[in-house]
Amino acid sequence: MEYLIGIQGPDYVLVAADNVAASSIIQMKHDYDKMFKLSEKILLLCVGEAGDTVQFAEYIQKNVQLYKMRNGYELSPSAAANFTRKNLADYLRSRTPYHVNLLLAGYDESDGPGLFYMDYMASLAKAPFAAHGYGAFLTLSIMDRYYRPDLTRDEAMDLLKKCIEELSRRFILNLPSFNVRLIDKDGIHDMQKITLGTK
Amino acid sequence: MALVEVSGLKPFSEPTGQFFGTRQTHLVDRPNHYSFGTSIQEFAVPVGEEPSGFLKSCNKDGGVCIDMNHGTTTLAFKFRHGVIVAVDSRASAGRYLASNDVNKVIEINPYLLGTMSGSAADCQYWERLLAKECRLYRLRNNHRISVAAASKLLCNMMLGYKGMGLSVGSMVCGWDKEGPGLYYVDENGTRLSGRMFSTGCGNGYAYGVVDSGYREDMTVEEAYELGCRGIAHATHRDAYSGGVVNMYHMQEDGWIKVCKEDVSQLIHRYKEGMF
Repeated sequence: MEYLIGIQGPDYVLVAADNVAASSIIQMKHDYDKMFKLSEKILLLCVGEAGDTVQFAEYIQKNVQLYKMRNGYELSPSAAANFTRKNLADYLRSRTPYHVNLLLAGYDESDGPGLFYMDYMASLAKAPFAAHGYGAFLTLSIMDRYYRPDLTRDEAMDLLKKCIEELSRRFILNLPSFNVRLIDKDGIHDMQKITLGTK
Repeated sequence: MALVEVSGLKPFSEPTGQFFGTRQTHLVDRPNHYSFGTSIQEFAVPVGEEPSGFLKSCNKDGGVCIDMNHGTTTLAFKFRHGVIVAVDSRASAGRYLASNDVNKVIEINPYLLGTMSGSAADCQYWERLLAKECRLYRLRNNHRISVAAASKLLCNMMLGYKGMGLSVGSMVCGWDKEGPGLYYVDENGTRLSGRMFSTGCGNGYAYGVVDSGYREDMTVEEAYELGCRGIAHATHRDAYSGGVVNMYHMQEDGWIKVCKEDVSQLIHRYKEGMF
């Protein structure tokens, strides 16, 4: 039902998430933001079971902020991703596992841009592009076909639009609009929302 | 010493601890962890089987007929002149109609309202507890709690008992420094801020009517009519909703109770104009 996508370029990461907050067959919100800002250059995109998503994402968000307050410098995206995965793994075999699927996108001064794919089984993979949700079945192959490591920002935006158009063409559920954000050395930038008319 | 417990302060000196007896006097102020009179802080889960599994087995097929009070339509929407809250008043237990005159809005304080759908017992208990926490907040901090904070408190209460069979679908409505506020909270810990929500098994019907008739610049009278229409049409189609429409209007200086109209009268009035 929910959809997340991320594309890493040579010096940026482009991420997008749908805007629907649903409860069984009803869209409760059309403008719901699924991205959580962990720090100036790290975004966490979170989908999954109701309640777990916000609870887990806010927990990670506050802990990353706490690290910065205690130590005076921010966690790198890779460290934040591993911290998140460790928490997922610790809770996995407890009484209260978190059923959440995540994309963590960030820019590190020394390592450059990074996109990390995590799922509810506490797996972690650094990937050049990634997607979550049923929509991933339709769009991962598009990214396999057209992705290049040296995409410009406009080309990445076009690739993202191609994926979202495919969803509106073939996906059975209506996902009318998507939040888009870009992370680079200057921080997190809000891009224009992608809204599609019904086809 | 009476205020010590209410204000949540730890008593400074140990001798006073002994004065109160051997019971622990450590006052833990976490609204999502209730000790229910146990002598040490422990997670007070009912003794025996897991509650949600137990409840699932208490149906007709299991030979036992314990049906929780369910079935409702509630709606609330923000518009230019505040927030309209409209609820039905039917409580059903399985196929039995327990009551047609239940009040599904809890008046937390003159600036906060909570609606109830799902299990009547759960809603009444947890929202009453929310009212207590809001009152404590006001006493401790000398200013009224914001709608966002009140809904977060309720959300955290739900998360404390997640997976244990609670059934709560509530809307917290109010007017605070940020203006009119409307939040939806449910038993999964979902908390959403929005312009319009409807909960309960008749929610789809209410969404249909209110979404088609909504304009941001409605007059107050038009908004009252829309709220009534939403509930009336939902009760017409949904068997588990009915009774009367209880409607409240949240304004800048507090809420007012607008009306209490019988749904069958409303439907007859609407049908006059239809055929």
